[in-house]
Amino acid sequence: MHERQPEIEVAAVPAVRGRAIVITSGKGGVGKTTTTANLGTALAMRGARVALVDADVGLRNLDIVLGLESRVKHHLLDVIEGGVTLDEALVPSKYNESLMLLAAAQNREKDEVPTEAMTALIERLRERFDYVLVDCPAGIEHGFRNAVAGAQEAIVVCTPEVSAVRDVDRVIGLLGNRFKPQLIVNRLRPQLVKRGKMLSVEDVNAILRLPLLGVIADEPEIIITTNKGEPLALRRDGATGAAYHVMAAKIAGEDVAAPTVETRDSFFGRLGAFFGGKA
Amino acid sequence: MIDFFKRLFGPSDSGATAKQRLQLVLMTDHLALAPEMIDAMKRELVEVISRYVEVDREKVEVDFERHDHALAMMANVPILGVARPSERAPEPLEPAQPVAAQPAAAGAPPLQQRKRRKKAQRAPA
Repeated sequence: MHERQPEIEVAAVPAVRGRAIVITSGKGGVGKTTTTANLGTALAMRGARVALVDADVGLRNLDIVLGLESRVKHHLLDVIEGGVTLDEALVPSKYNESLMLLAAAQNREKDEVPTEAMTALIERLRERFDYVLVDCPAGIEHGFRNAVAGAQEAIVVCTPEVSAVRDVDRVIGLLGNRFKPQLIVNRLRPQLVKRGKMLSVEDVNAILRLPLLGVIADEPEIIITTNKGEPLALRRDGATGAAYHVMAAKIAGEDVAAPTVETRDSFFGRLGAFFGGKA
Repeated sequence: MIDFFKRLFGPSDSGATAKQRLQLVLMTDHLALAPEMIDAMKRELVEVISRYVEVDREKVEVDFERHDHALAMMANVPILGVARPSERAPEPLEPAQPVAAQPAAAGAPPLQQRKRRKKAQRAPA
């Protein structure tokens, strides 16, 4: 069902394993966690088995975005240190059985996670899941290296801001060509782009030069769904929800048309915001 | 459509400013992350300049200066000596005597001399 792209390190990795994809950005606050939650949701809705790993040890957030904060009993370090099994630590999503969360430890620090142990954990998850999405912490230090260590692919999230593009540029430099990074431009405001007041997707990618996975407009809807702990991608009818599903299809290897969110969302997005904002 | 807006608001749009700042900041970042590239460039630069003038290699400085709209490379290359122009290139007004005689001795002899040698091979030593 789900096409798997050929692995990079073919010799070391049997083909039956799932794909580990790190979602990263360098800069904080650009929407890595929201993106991870929504892509995971969209992939799971396609029928894939998906594990979401919060690698932001000490500052966990993925449980909140997924509305699972009250169900998390154990975390990633518990598993690494052997206190609990993977089954005990994995928290199933409220909405989709094939989507599971492995939370980060909130009371620990990133330095406490050995890189080899993190890689081994991701390997174990790949044996059981079609996709392992790793939500990378901000920064390019130990936490970043840990999050990246077990992954074979990368998705970089960038907002149309000078600081975000600069940080992504640095991250791409650190990743090298091993991870086939793809770009998501997040929080685009098409109206501002049209008026020449914001970097366009083309401006951003003229610098980064990555395959464009998708574009997400800056929608109040995202804030509202995050408030509720219900990923936006649970609904396909809105433009933004649909955009996550298009990205999921592309990740799964489907040949989907290039995203045209910039013009489409400017109209529907504003319309949605106008009505949705009052509701 | 976008062009229309661009014309309407002129080049002072903050989007354009962001783009320009971004390009500059990334050039600076990439340079900062590649000191070995700058060293290599400096070496080659000195090499090229040294073909023409004598350079104080130890005191060569290469810096990058950021201005508001551009990045500039500033090279400070102390020159120790410049060869007299007549030593570098043949002068049209040059008398045949000392300067012309040297290359003739080192390289191929003038045509007339060669002809003479063919006839009498042991002639001038």
